[in-house]
Amino acid sequence: MQLLNKAFVIAWKDILSETRAREIISSVLVFAVLVIVIFNFAFSGSQQEMRALAPGILWVTFSFAGVLSLNRSFIQEKEEGCLEGLMICPVSREAIYLGKMMSSLFFMLLIEAIVLPAFVLFFNVNVITLPIITLTLLATIGFVAVGTLFSALAVNTRAREMVLPILFFPIISPVIISAVSASELTLNGAPWSELASWVGIIAAFDVIFLTASYLIFGFIVEE
Amino acid sequence: MLLISAYKWIKKHILIIASALLMLVHLYMVFIFVPTDANQGIIQRIFYIHVPLAWIGFFAFFVTLIGGVMFLWKRDFKWDRLASASAEIGLIFISLMLLNGCIWAKPMWGVWWVWTARLTLSLVLWFIYAAYFIIRAYISEDGQRARFAAVVGIIGFLNVPLVFLAVQLWETQHQGYLIFEGGMVPEMTWTLMAGIVAYTVLYVLLLKDRLVLKNLENKLNQMKNFITGG
Amino acid sequence: MADADKPAIEVRGLTKSFGNNLALGGIDLEVETGKTLAVFGPNGAGKTTLIKILASIMKPTAGDVSINGLSLKDNAEAIRSHIGIVSHQTFLYGNLSAYENLRFYSRMYDVPHYQKRIKQVAAMVGMESRLYDRVGTLSRGMQQRFSIARALLHNPDIVLLDEPETGLDQQAIAMLWELLKEDSGKKRSVIFTSHSLERGLKACDELIIINKGKIACCRPGNTLDLCGLEQLYKENTGSVNATA
Repeated sequence: MQLLNKAFVIAWKDILSETRAREIISSVLVFAVLVIVIFNFAFSGSQQEMRALAPGILWVTFSFAGVLSLNRSFIQEKEEGCLEGLMICPVSREAIYLGKMMSSLFFMLLIEAIVLPAFVLFFNVNVITLPIITLTLLATIGFVAVGTLFSALAVNTRAREMVLPILFFPIISPVIISAVSASELTLNGAPWSELASWVGIIAAFDVIFLTASYLIFGFIVEE
Repeated sequence: MLLISAYKWIKKHILIIASALLMLVHLYMVFIFVPTDANQGIIQRIFYIHVPLAWIGFFAFFVTLIGGVMFLWKRDFKWDRLASASAEIGLIFISLMLLNGCIWAKPMWGVWWVWTARLTLSLVLWFIYAAYFIIRAYISEDGQRARFAAVVGIIGFLNVPLVFLAVQLWETQHQGYLIFEGGMVPEMTWTLMAGIVAYTVLYVLLLKDRLVLKNLENKLNQMKNFITGG
Repeated sequence: MADADKPAIEVRGLTKSFGNNLALGGIDLEVETGKTLAVFGPNGAGKTTLIKILASIMKPTAGDVSINGLSLKDNAEAIRSHIGIVSHQTFLYGNLSAYENLRFYSRMYDVPHYQKRIKQVAAMVGMESRLYDRVGTLSRGMQQRFSIARALLHNPDIVLLDEPETGLDQQAIAMLWELLKEDSGKKRSVIFTSHSLERGLKACDELIIINKGKIACCRPGNTLDLCGLEQLYKENTGSVNATA
């Protein structure tokens, strides 16, 4: 419980900092809506066609938004050596991972909660349904589980902004494949039972990479 | 006297000799020994090279995973050299396998690329291990490079079963392509097995030589450091 | 808490290598409770690496550190709560106010009655009036004062200073030494690295000079004057101290 308690303290610090500076949410939100608009230009088609393209566009938007906001997660820790400040605190490395993961999860979910209605507005495809919200929640957990680990890795390399996407996208490919396919199915009216295997893959991804990243994080930050 | 030196020579070059012989045997089996497939015709023979290439790719990345875990545990740089040498070979074999897949796809389906489960999985792996080397290039400090590479090698390989499940399911949902599966006569199985053995020996040979080279590079760096007073 | 028989800091055979580069090659040292040790040495000698290992930011390749008789290997988390660090970076978040920063660190260190303690440390560094300003809007000197407040927040037994004079202005350094001496009559053990032989000599009880990852010499501070130290530094490192 001490671990979770400290993780919450770290996450709360990030959230408080974000309410002051609004560095992540506002810019990522504008970016996400821009992506949707650009896709609209790229694929302007009939109602029918847009319906077929909608799941792909939605998940490309989410993963782009994810990589952008995760990139910021550790950049602020690098300014003024704050990550070292965290590491000298009497908490485990795992608490730092959990804290950073929770704040990224919070930011991502907030962004997605705004992007989904915007998506309905622009594409006239109802994506605010229980299956899609469930998929979004599960996929986002997977995104931030590996994203937090890789974000910590990326800020320590020479090309910070480049490293995260080239690592992040191939690793989350099973989540993207599953989320897009499941969204397609549910938009075409398929019941829960048909989504089960896709949801299972995403859930397995979450469990495996939350555990692995949690155990491995210390090796990234501690020399 | 001559016999002893011949024996020594063979002992020293046993891997390269074995590899060359096995490769020749395998080629013979692929082109002459194995019967032509009834459905796909002559082009199906590429299968006996395609699968061993993929196998070595996966096996090499598995060795990278082991090297990564051992490095993080023991902090001995020999494990990092093993991991990166194996990843290099794996990346080459996966690249060959993808090229090979293109060559297979063109006469079969009239396009250079098809999103079959096996090819998609290999493509994703190709990207992960390409990233592995890009990250290595972006880090100048040895210890950090080895640690980060180990993490990417571990996370990357853990992803394999998940990507596999996802692309398999995806293939069935999006009307999969007709791939050569099952219904193999014993000659076919033997040829495939011979391919796997031949390529595995080739992998061991390449890995051994790459490690020798890496160890020399490492010694050279040590000497450089010593001379420049680092 | 402090075991009376054990030195506050005990370092045995400390080695750290980065690949083929040996940063520290077998450091042995002891600092008794309440004493101050100065670490001198040219750039790249391993001073910062030593501090980072003591602060448990870095893991040693070989050797061990004991703090108050506890091994750092097995008790890193518990030991960290007894250590305070002032580095050339402030470890403060620019978007948060100084109070929020200190509150965050209080929670991380489980400081009891933190509201009172934050006011107290802010007063100690003379920054009460700016406590609710955003750190990013404060001048460098003010941020450094809050950085000192942050390091002393949890009343650590051991304080590590990594080249305080590169990060802190003159006034802040003077203040820091005052605070280390007098705050609540507690006996603090201090290790600091320094470029300046002159200022370092004044502050220390004992000093070491390290060169290429090894302790080149070790002396009690009061047996040397500045000239003697400069001579010693030149003999052991082969270079003249840049800032002296």
